[in-house]
Amino acid sequence: MPLLGRELIGMSDDRMQAAVDAAEFRIPFKRYLSADGTLADAAPGFASDRSELVRLYEGMLRTRAFDTEAIALQRTGRLGTYASSLGQEAVAIGVAAAMRPEDVLVPSFREHGAQIWRGVRMEELFLYWGGDERGSDFSGPREDFPVCVPVGTQYCHGVGVGLAFSLRHEDRCSVVVGGDGSTSRGDFHEAMNMAGVWKVPAVFVVNNNQWAISVPRAAQTAAQTLAQKAIGAGIPGEQVDGCDVIAVRDAVERALDRGRRGEGATLIECLTYRLSDHTTSDDATRYREDAEVSSHWPEEPTVRLRTLLTEAHGWSRDEEEALRKEINGAVKAASDAYLQIDPQPATAIVDYTYAELPTDLKAVRDQLAER
Amino acid sequence: MAELTLVEAVRSALSKALEEDPAVVVLGEDVGIDGGVFRATDGLWQHFGSGRVLDTPLSEAGIAGISVGLAAQGMKPVAEIQFQGFIHATLDQMANHAARLRNRTRGRLTCPMVLRAPYGGGVHAPEHHSESIEAIFAHIPGLRVVIPSSPQRAYGLLLSAIRDPDPVVFFEPKRIYRAFKEDVALDGEALPLDKAFVLREGQDVSVISWGAVTRDCLEAAEVMAGEGVDAEVLDVATLKPYDAATLMASVRKTGRCVIVHEAPRTAGFGAEIAARVAEEALDGLVAPVRRVTPPDIIPPLPRQEQLYLPSKDDVCTAIREVMAWQ
Ligand SMILES: Cc1ncc(C[n+]2csc(CCOP(=O)(O)OP(=O)(O)O)c2C)c(N)n1
Ligand SMILES: [Mg+2]
Repeated sequence: MPLLGRELIGMSDDRMQAAVDAAEFRIPFKRYLSADGTLADAAPGFASDRSELVRLYEGMLRTRAFDTEAIALQRTGRLGTYASSLGQEAVAIGVAAAMRPEDVLVPSFREHGAQIWRGVRMEELFLYWGGDERGSDFSGPREDFPVCVPVGTQYCHGVGVGLAFSLRHEDRCSVVVGGDGSTSRGDFHEAMNMAGVWKVPAVFVVNNNQWAISVPRAAQTAAQTLAQKAIGAGIPGEQVDGCDVIAVRDAVERALDRGRRGEGATLIECLTYRLSDHTTSDDATRYREDAEVSSHWPEEPTVRLRTLLTEAHGWSRDEEEALRKEINGAVKAASDAYLQIDPQPATAIVDYTYAELPTDLKAVRDQLAER
Repeated sequence: MAELTLVEAVRSALSKALEEDPAVVVLGEDVGIDGGVFRATDGLWQHFGSGRVLDTPLSEAGIAGISVGLAAQGMKPVAEIQFQGFIHATLDQMANHAARLRNRTRGRLTCPMVLRAPYGGGVHAPEHHSESIEAIFAHIPGLRVVIPSSPQRAYGLLLSAIRDPDPVVFFEPKRIYRAFKEDVALDGEALPLDKAFVLREGQDVSVISWGAVTRDCLEAAEVMAGEGVDAEVLDVATLKPYDAATLMASVRKTGRCVIVHEAPRTAGFGAEIAARVAEEALDGLVAPVRRVTPPDIIPPLPRQEQLYLPSKDDVCTAIREVMAWQ
């Protein structure tokens, strides 16, 4: 009989004996596709649909190719600091594949895969990471939030977006993505708490890639799982293998269904591993062993899905090659297009401060216009 | 037309906004059934229902954060922070998101929200209930900071703040929430933001202020009129972006400038106005600029609060000092 008892001074022995657990919680864990490519019998329906699996595979490969090109651009001085999602592509793609176009994505800064899937053009993403605000004025999902740099501040935005949907009786949900480090912040908890109280149609996805720059997961929190942080807010929390795109997509789909049914928010912790440095400005060899990184390569999300495709769906070498060729061509074309984009006029630095410029800024603008 | 206190004028503006625009939602701690601890939202929940007037958990960062999300969706959240002393937790959201959502998305997403909070001392309140930190918010590009000093201006400026397409921080001087009544035209007529108000015209000295102390400034001007000094009293009203043209025109006309505020001295908003005078109106000055402010100290608890707040007498003293220069 934990918790109760000792403090209950004056309580009779009988009552002490009668003490029971005040509440009970469980945190389920799900994986359908193992690292060796075997699919569990309980896998959701779409996991036996070849074209669906190819779509997911393609999304992950495109994400990886985008990351590779972004790093190449950064290393040659043509892009700013960049955060790769290497090894975590299944989170971005699982999330995006589960969402409907009219849902709203509130990303952190490692979800390019989800943004691309939802219709943001790759040259727009390059433009943002290349230091130009127009990259966040993207096409496609016009109501999606831009990348969020202040870690964890995005969760409450997702609650506000979801609350707007429920106040307007719209059949839509918000999906927020953050990292393991972000779960230590107050606003992560404030967001879940409010979403719990109002049954907001929001899904909180935590990409637990085991590191927050140099701080490992164990130094971030003493909690056994990150998913259990949902319990304090009164919403369900679950854990999935975040390198299993099938499990991620399924969990997000189920959470979105709950949201649409009016049952409120869900927290999904995706267990992944950050195979890259934190960003292009980071040198992870300062704080983690190469051996640790190598030990996680066999779990990465693309190979296991290719194994499944090859073994269960006759995915051929030709198909693989054709797909890679198409993706590399598209990424290269986006990169070329990005490099051709003219800079903004100098006046752009003031133009979006307010809907209508105040007198002092008008004067600044006039000066800039003369340059 | 109705005779209203300042807090009643706030409520009337909220009610009008809820009525005229279905996108407006009022949210905050105890704003629902209780009508807010100062009763600024009294009766709104009963009239408009819990889909328009939302009691939130005790969660300041969250209140500001969800307001950003609501506003990005085209809603018009009007959020109350119960006391300005507890608003610091919202700074992250206000500075990093509300103020820059338009800029960072080149106008794709915007943040038409209002963050209201009662502020200022003089009501014998507990610790953390008497702050005046408008300058912190006035330092943030992309925000508007608005402070009414009368019932009519509370009504008109709050309506403008709610209708404005950008985020507005609206600080209500709680010392004069119920200090006096005024006829307020409840016609839904907004007052212009980014405009200073000349509360009293005069030729000899410009007394520049905002919030509750504008009352003390007006009283000081009356006293000084008895001494043959014709003081002009200005209410800055919108501190960000502020109406420098009106202030500078007044200082150029009178040649003397006294700035009065309830916030600590160093890097208070008075420093900005004084700097602007030095840049743009120095040639017309016949006396050094004087600031009447508390020193750089923590607001004392109520027993010594009067030692902190600028008084009518302090303002008179400053006016006499600058009048000594000819
Ligand atoms: C509020 C805040 N604090 C610190 C930083 C600097 N910073 C950027 S990313 C990061 C680690 C984030 O870790 P996690 O949430 O696990 O996300 P990951 O980078 O692993 O995807 C830190 C400390 C920041 N951007 N925002
Ligand atoms: Mg991490």
